Amino acid sequence: MPVTIQIPAALRAFANGQTEVSAEGATAGEVIAAFAEAYPDIGTHLYDETGALRSFINVYVGDANIKNLDGLDTPVKDGDSVMLVPAIAGGAPGSAWA
Amino acid sequence: MISLPDEAELAIRAEGERAYPDECCGALLGGFDGESGKIVKAILPIGNSSETAERFHRFTIGPGDFMRAEREAKARNMDLIGFYHSHPDHPAEPSDYDLEHALPFYSYVIVAVEQGAASGLTSWEMSADRARFLRESQNQGQNLEAPPRTPQGDQSP
Repeated sequence: MPVTIQIPAALRAFANGQTEVSAEGATAGEVIAAFAEAYPDIGTHLYDETGALRSFINVYVGDANIKNLDGLDTPVKDGDSVMLVPAIAGGAPGSAWA
Repeated sequence: MISLPDEAELAIRAEGERAYPDECCGALLGGFDGESGKIVKAILPIGNSSETAERFHRFTIGPGDFMRAEREAKARNMDLIGFYHSHPDHPAEPSDYDLEHALPFYSYVIVAVEQGAASGLTSWEMSADRARFLRESQNQGQNLEAPPRTPQGDQSP
């Protein structure tokens, strides 16, 4: 049984409206890459220009953020749930009122 | 288009003034209408999780608060449809930093706070190619539902 990826609402439009999909891989990084390969329009929102996962995209394997495990090398096993959770960030570029 | 009730707009302005000179932030809960677009039915203030020294020009809603906002929306039969934040002493226009950290689909409401007083308020949605923010037209919509709880800033890693 493959790994299930939970897709945040903001990205479902790029995955045919699905809330979750199945993907194969031995690590969190591999299953996310497989997901992005299956749905190419989603890749630009997950990866930056260098090919690195965008800093505000958090990946949970079960209840654990992979930042506290082995990052994208965190192993996954059949039946695991991988959740993509964005952190929302932003702000003004400076303090000078235009 | 986004329907933002007067009550929601006033609440966001008040949040911006309360947080000044730091940035405030929170979630927009509501739904969708085929003709009207997004409809804000409640706002959910969220503590700014950015480093204290950075809050004058940065806000962060961490993954824990994001998941809590989604659960809150689901519990109230709503959707998480966007976010708001303030720009202290800066116009209500998205910054490059906003664009770099945005996702499509969501509405991003920005309120300018000039010397402690809220002024311009705008709403934006990122283009699907991540190239720019597109300004959303706003109307006043319906009254808000009862205000939600105010969670603390994200403590998740």
